[in-house]
Amino acid sequence: MAVFGGRRREDNPALPPGQHLTESFPVLSAGPTPSMDTADWEFFIHTETGKTHRWNWGQFLALPSADITVDIHCVTSWSKLGTSWRGVSLDTLFAEVETGFDFVMAHSYGGYTTNLPLEEILDGKAWIAYEYEGAELDPEHGGPARLLVPHLYFWKSAKWVRGLTMQREDNPGFWEEYGYNLHGDPWREERYS
Amino acid sequence: MTSPSAGWLTGSLTRAHPLTTSARSITFTVPSWPGNDAGQHVDVRLTSPDGYQAVRSYSIASAGPGEMIELAIDRLPDGEVSPFLVNDLELGDTVELRGPLGGWFVWRPDQPQPVQLIAGGSGVVPFIAMTRAHASAGNSVPMQLLYSLRTPEDAFFRDELSQLAATVRTTWHYTSIVPPGWSRSAGRLTAKDLQRETLPPEKTPLTYICGSTGFVETVSRALTSLGHAPDAIRTERFGGT
Ligand SMILES: Cc1cc2nc3c(=O)[nH]c(=O)nc-3n(C[C@H](O)[C@H](O)[C@H](O)COP(=O)(O)OP(=O)(O)OC[C@H]3O[C@@H](n4cnc5c(N)ncnc54)[C@H](O)[C@@H]3O)c2cc1C
Repeated sequence: MAVFGGRRREDNPALPPGQHLTESFPVLSAGPTPSMDTADWEFFIHTETGKTHRWNWGQFLALPSADITVDIHCVTSWSKLGTSWRGVSLDTLFAEVETGFDFVMAHSYGGYTTNLPLEEILDGKAWIAYEYEGAELDPEHGGPARLLVPHLYFWKSAKWVRGLTMQREDNPGFWEEYGYNLHGDPWREERYS
Repeated sequence: MTSPSAGWLTGSLTRAHPLTTSARSITFTVPSWPGNDAGQHVDVRLTSPDGYQAVRSYSIASAGPGEMIELAIDRLPDGEVSPFLVNDLELGDTVELRGPLGGWFVWRPDQPQPVQLIAGGSGVVPFIAMTRAHASAGNSVPMQLLYSLRTPEDAFFRDELSQLAATVRTTWHYTSIVPPGWSRSAGRLTAKDLQRETLPPEKTPLTYICGSTGFVETVSRALTSLGHAPDAIRTERFGGT
């Protein structure tokens, strides 16, 4: 019988169950990487009253931003610790938004969607990030801007994000329709439905 | 869609044979495996005697019902899991498997569109499942494969693909060494190659691309520049650069 030795003893308390460390930055996408000119970019939040809050690239960059250093965990079992980002907190974007709904659907350029509970993206837990490791976020990794929700599996951090629509129920997004978990907490290994 | 089993299943290695000098086909018998669609993958978990575990994803080369699944693994020189699966695992040994996973990068026999498959290296594995599903359904939807390889020796399943040529044509492309007498020179796939060797946008194909992340990025970008709609392109990125 062959005995698996394993080469990486990663007894790292920062590593959720079933995850291993990577130095590189693997990419999970359903299709081609869309190219998006910031001149045409906008971000919106759409609520149940029909009201839409909008920011173009200039307005978005003018918002207060934060430097964020976080660990990220992909459902395909790699984790990357101490990644650094710059972005705008969802608390800032939601400051003027009134809604009675508890869930959001994030929409991306390219058509991708993912669902999230509103409380998982407020109170300093999520950002719209536009820089990675001090440089502009490249398209392969979601540039010009992506959602960053580091405490959930990384597919929830929608690349090429263009807006959020409030929803009454936690309706599934793209990957969730195709078998990924509705919630996606890496510490509870909520990978698949 | 075949839905995944809830937890980890145990699979025992039932058949194995080399595909190339660095790759091996391994077939597991997995009691209560629910069957899988062509293109889905499985997570493989290995546990060392002291409890340390490693998990990696592998596409399934087989498709349909039954308790046997075939994987095809390429050994990465400094990899943790692939060298063990290619060199060490013996018949009768067990691993844990979770799946089938992924409902997007699949092909089902009831899909009406012509299908173009584009593989880089081990990225051919889910397409082996698709060509098998296409053959066993006696399907008449056009399907063809463009298979990019480093050298002729790196081909997985060459005989099987050659036998299928009447229904699914394979176009071989070599990036560093070509066979003797080959009419083309070695080199990376270019937009021109893709234009010549793949179904054009006018045929409204569904195009699947699978391979390393860099390969998928390059090919998918070239295809959109040739006029393919982004939502008519499905991708699976195996990792690496
Ligand atoms: C959905 C999916 C399906 C896959 N299907 C297959 C399959 O059918 N057959 C197969 O052989 N592999 C497949 N892979 C890749 C596989 O999951 C592993 O990444 C691969 O076997 C390497 O694991 P390892 O433990 O040997 O190497 P690791 O120890 O994880 O990595 C060793 C080094 O290789 C790099 N690396 C990791 N992956 C790749 C890659 N794909 N190409 C080049 N460099 C890489 C790493 O960055 C690292 O530097 C698939 C991946 C995904 C996400």
